[in-house]
Amino acid sequence: MAELTYREAVARGIAQEMTRDPDVIFFGEDVGKAGGVFKSTVGLFDQFGPRRVKDCPISEQAILGAAMGAAMTGLKPIAEIMFSDFFAVCFDYIANEFPKSRYMSNGQLKCPLVVRTANGAGSRFGAQHSQSVENWAMMIPGLKVVAPSTPRDVIGLLAAAVRDPDPVIFFEHKSLYATKGEVPDGEIVDTLGTAKILRPGKDATILALALMVPRALEAAERLKAEHGIDAEVVDVRSLVPLDTQTVMGSVGKTHRLFTVEENPRLCGWGAEIVSIVADEAFYDLDGPPVRITTPHIPLPAADALEDAVLPTVDRIAETVRRSLQS
Amino acid sequence: MARKPARAASRAPATNGRRPNDDIGEELRLKLYHSQFRLRQAEQRAYDLFLQNLVKGTSHLSLGQEAIAAGFACAMIKGDHTFCTYRGHAHTLARGVPVEKVLGELMQRDNGLMRGKGGSMHLTSAEHGVMGSYAIIGAHLPIACGAALRAQYKGDKDVTVCFFGDGTTNIGAFHEALNFAAIWKLPVVFVCENNYYMEYTPIGDITAVPSPAGDRASAYGLPKIVIDGNDADVVYRTAQEAFTKARAGDGPSLIECLTYRHSGHSRADPGAYRPKGELERWKKDKDPINIYRERMRQFGISADQIEKIETDVNHEVETATEACKAAPNPPMDILFTDVYADGGWAWRN
Repeated sequence: MAELTYREAVARGIAQEMTRDPDVIFFGEDVGKAGGVFKSTVGLFDQFGPRRVKDCPISEQAILGAAMGAAMTGLKPIAEIMFSDFFAVCFDYIANEFPKSRYMSNGQLKCPLVVRTANGAGSRFGAQHSQSVENWAMMIPGLKVVAPSTPRDVIGLLAAAVRDPDPVIFFEHKSLYATKGEVPDGEIVDTLGTAKILRPGKDATILALALMVPRALEAAERLKAEHGIDAEVVDVRSLVPLDTQTVMGSVGKTHRLFTVEENPRLCGWGAEIVSIVADEAFYDLDGPPVRITTPHIPLPAADALEDAVLPTVDRIAETVRRSLQS
Repeated sequence: MARKPARAASRAPATNGRRPNDDIGEELRLKLYHSQFRLRQAEQRAYDLFLQNLVKGTSHLSLGQEAIAAGFACAMIKGDHTFCTYRGHAHTLARGVPVEKVLGELMQRDNGLMRGKGGSMHLTSAEHGVMGSYAIIGAHLPIACGAALRAQYKGDKDVTVCFFGDGTTNIGAFHEALNFAAIWKLPVVFVCENNYYMEYTPIGDITAVPSPAGDRASAYGLPKIVIDGNDADVVYRTAQEAFTKARAGDGPSLIECLTYRHSGHSRADPGAYRPKGELERWKKDKDPINIYRERMRQFGISADQIEKIETDVNHEVETATEACKAAPNPPMDILFTDVYADGGWAWRN
């Protein structure tokens, strides 16, 4: 067991898979000699060399396109897009190419690759470097989408993503890079499509993803301490495949559902989950499902403004309390 | 204006006292003619079937451009990879895919290459090295880089050939891919089919340089190569040179092939934007099939040999047409297959 930061876990996860499988290669902008702009890939260039860890020009389309071509002919590439906001300049690959090649070719083509990207707010970078865009990927049939919240999950889910035969979009949260967690020694491999109950409870289910997970956990502790409300916190972890069984099992126990989403309101991942629960577990609910999201605005840069719009521990706790006690 | 571009440099080798094009040899010459004539007949049939409302959706024909697909495919070997655009029937057929499989896909029948799940713009036959046809302009140039990167990484000797039109040279992915291929010296050959029109607009009206691909090559440290794309011998020879370079680890090539499409951009386009007489001139003077028939006559290939090729091709096209007309529509159960690698479409438990 060792204590690792989330950013160290990224490098360890990549190294674990590159050591295991010589067909795994890794490339992106500043990922090699510089060790990544978030220092999340430090050491990989020295360990694996320029043949397997490649620094790329600022060419997001070429990065993702090359990953696809390499994947369809036999490699298992990991490509990095520095900020998830940049998906907008290479979205053709994410929306049209990776996810549709297998289907359109009637199963002739494969696309086993991972796109890692730094997602989310908290760095005061403004509206084009801070977004939570998991739903940009979630909405497209043919992709898999994960977003870990802990160092251990970074390694385990990254390993699962690399070993998966489908294209996986892997959202790292840039405000979690400095956070620490216990990580077991040896190889770690997790399972895509599995949510995790991090805090069992009986009064309300709080679903959260990535940076919202530690906030939901803290809110749950406060709800218990200050209001005697015993909330269950579920880390969704994987949006596609989606572990609806764990979600509905939890709602069946607590009878109340809250989602904590960093994304702007419209079409966030929570909307889909609420819709599924309304369809399939409506009579388990004792009250309306509530979505706690960032308001439907572009993200501001100033710290005071950014802090005001992301779901906070206060807002999560207060929303749950008000909803349960009204 | 690109309508009168820099003339293609002669790429015939030194003759050493022999006739030009003597280097091709009879067996190869027959193969090149067979391929071109087959592409012509198959696509002409696709057009006829469209007029009978049997080809659904859209289709983009390469009538008049056959020498490029044929010349490159005849120079490729098993294991080489082809990446095409939505105008990809010819390149797919030229790698040896049966006419029935292509027409079946155009007619969206169960016997099609992808059983109707892809359609005419996405022809794919992995077993023939045809790694897909891409309908988003420019998308496949970076993908071709990736296939070539795999070859380089694994020490494989295959070459990746990526075909696209003149219009593609103005989209960002073209430039990103050229730079990628050049910095990593990837074994990829980019083939620009300059048919003088970006869809309905003359390419010269909207491009800063006369040769849309050739004049961009120097930006990526590559030589300018502009050839007569309607002479299959020239195309074949140029392809061989580029493949030799790629297989030797000496990096990519960008080849601009001058050509002209006899049909409109897509099936909905009558080509009314073309100046009067232009199409007729190309058909009369520069039709690749006519050029090649004349070439064969020059080299003493008999009318019987030519007729045998044409009879065989016509038989394949005829048989394929009948098979496609008789083929059923795709079954509903394939709707939900092959979204994911497990064969299904499940996104939740």
